[in-house]
Amino acid sequence: MMVALFENITAMIVLTGVLVALAAALPGTFLVLRGSAMLTDAISHAIVLGIVLVFLATGALSGPVQLAGAALAGLATVALSELLARTRLVAMDAAIGLVFPALFALGVLLINLFARDVHLDEHTVLLGEIGFVWLDTRPVAGAEVPLAVLSLAAVLTLNAGFVALFWKELKLAVFDPALAAALGFAPALVIGALLTLTSVTAVAAFDAVGAILFIAFVIVPPATAALLTRRLGRMLALAMAVGVGSALSGYALALRWDVSIGGMMAAMTGAFFLAALVFAPEQGMLAQALGRRSARADRDAAALVVHLAQNAKAGAADTLDALVSNLRWPEPRARAAVLRALDRGLVQRADAHLRLTDKGAATARQLAQR
Amino acid sequence: MSALWDLLQSDIVRTVMLGAATLGGLSGMLGAFAVLRKQSLLGDTLSHAALPGVCIGFLVAGSRDLGAILLGAFASGALAALSVLAIGRLTRLKTDAALGVVLSVFFAVGVVLLTVAQGRGGAAQAGLSTFLFGQAAAILRSDLWIMGGAALAALVLVLALWKEFKLVSFDPDAAAAQGLPVTVIEATMTVMVAIAIVVGLQLVGVILMVALLIAPAAAARQWTGSLGAMVALSAGFGAVAGVTGALVSATARGLSTGPVVVLVASGIVLVSLLLAPRRGLVAQALRRRAMLRQQGDERLLLTVQALAQHHADRDFPAEQGMLDAWHRGPTGAALRRLQVQGLLDPARHPPETTPHWRLTKAGHAEADRLSERDP
Repeated sequence: MMVALFENITAMIVLTGVLVALAAALPGTFLVLRGSAMLTDAISHAIVLGIVLVFLATGALSGPVQLAGAALAGLATVALSELLARTRLVAMDAAIGLVFPALFALGVLLINLFARDVHLDEHTVLLGEIGFVWLDTRPVAGAEVPLAVLSLAAVLTLNAGFVALFWKELKLAVFDPALAAALGFAPALVIGALLTLTSVTAVAAFDAVGAILFIAFVIVPPATAALLTRRLGRMLALAMAVGVGSALSGYALALRWDVSIGGMMAAMTGAFFLAALVFAPEQGMLAQALGRRSARADRDAAALVVHLAQNAKAGAADTLDALVSNLRWPEPRARAAVLRALDRGLVQRADAHLRLTDKGAATARQLAQR
Repeated sequence: MSALWDLLQSDIVRTVMLGAATLGGLSGMLGAFAVLRKQSLLGDTLSHAALPGVCIGFLVAGSRDLGAILLGAFASGALAALSVLAIGRLTRLKTDAALGVVLSVFFAVGVVLLTVAQGRGGAAQAGLSTFLFGQAAAILRSDLWIMGGAALAALVLVLALWKEFKLVSFDPDAAAAQGLPVTVIEATMTVMVAIAIVVGLQLVGVILMVALLIAPAAAARQWTGSLGAMVALSAGFGAVAGVTGALVSATARGLSTGPVVVLVASGIVLVSLLLAPRRGLVAQALRRRAMLRQQGDERLLLTVQALAQHHADRDFPAEQGMLDAWHRGPTGAALRRLQVQGLLDPARHPPETTPHWRLTKAGHAEADRLSERDP
């Protein structure tokens, strides 16, 4: 049964996408929280140079040497950018923007010059070929397992192990580096290890989804999860769920519309982000708009109570029409205020008139005293 | 050399070079403002985000029509800029994350649309993938008019709003206090970055465009402190990188223009960082060395003075070996420098045969001045 699964092309493509999503969400969560999301952009471009250099030196397009070489290129980008920013001749953002295009350009040029006719061209490096992952397989326990699945599974295990082992250190390094340093947790080292793992993950994933689409899997699911929760553990779990959801739905849509599978999977992370942006329970646009309206209704209800108390003797101010004309509220706003005051038990209706309840009168006195 | 001359005779090559110079110059000029306002990575996001626009422009026009493609790229770049702004306003996500989300999602949509366009097939599709890495050779004579128009419009805008741009770039608070519509001006500048990206796409491609925006400006900044000179120099560097990239990629078969342009621009940055007269790293190192040497010489002079005062003898000859021991290192070179300045004289102290030094009149005056400066 396992053999059948591993030799099923569809299952392998989907599994590759899911593994990329899971492996990327682990470091991505911490990078997004730390404000280093764009370093992923720099790393994933720069590993192209590492991949080409190792390929030219050893002829290997995958394997441990390739992983190490490209991971070094990713780290070198980060280190060079920080070195350049430290001269204080350019700002940090410009330093990032200067270093990685140079390394990436060198990588593309080397492909153009020396690696044209082999299984390595700039489009594959950039966009990946997840549809072809089943072409390159290795025998494992009697089944032919795609190499990409194997290396991604290894990287996923590595990332999960690192995050589980250093959960406390990572949390502290991300949220309060000064405290982490004071407590002797070496935040710079922890973040360095995190960036190394990001580079390694990028190398393992580039075959499948390419260098640039990888960025989507690192940044977008954690950003989506950050809109949904404020707890780190839940954020990580949600990020992984969003990533897996994007991989599955992206595959289905790519087949349906006959478009790039990797591209569609990455695009779906955007759809999830947009949905969270609008519908997230607390931070979503909808929830915020409703919250603003509700807060206004509360304020208006308070104003209504005071108004009724002050004009109780005159007696003419206690109809909806009177509110509209006295307080100069548009009718829907007055209606919402009355409903809110009724809900809270501050006023009661008597025919067309509004009367303060005991609770309403008490509230009015309290507000007047303040 | 003669091969280069032959190349320059060709009409196509001249078109390409003219286009490359225009695009490089324009991107360099507008990039200066982006770098000064620390919006370099916004440039990266906007350039990746132009890809879906390029594809939509192609799909709508049904052919490689530059006008439609650039319009599409501009529209999707503007939408991306708005999205970054909206995510920043609506959520607690850091700017960085907003940039990353917009960059990767727009690019992913672009990749999807690219496969849609490929599905439509046709020879024109070949022209579309040149927007990934740039292909200066694909610049047509008719394209020059569009580029020239964009360059002229940007130039007029920069000249007309020069004072406003300057103030908003350096001190937005002061600009707001003077009653300038800062948000409108910032939006205009962001729009101009989008224009620079859009016109540069053909030369460098969406992925490396950020380098053509940042590199010339970062290099120019090292040579000058005035905005006018920086913008002009940045445009010049951009044009040089553009033309060099176009020429090199035209001579070698199968080279994309973008990477060559970016490497040339990066080389200019490297040279500028090292060799720029005041800010450059070499100049900095030389200045630091001269300062340390000056401080050492001054301390040496003060030591000789202290010895003279201690012995109540203005002409006291201080032994060089003792000065070496006191200052923990050879002082010969420094002593000779002080002699050249007329502050010290070599002296004899028989029966000793080792070299000795004593203060001249000028040396006493200088030492007095130094000990008064920092007592």
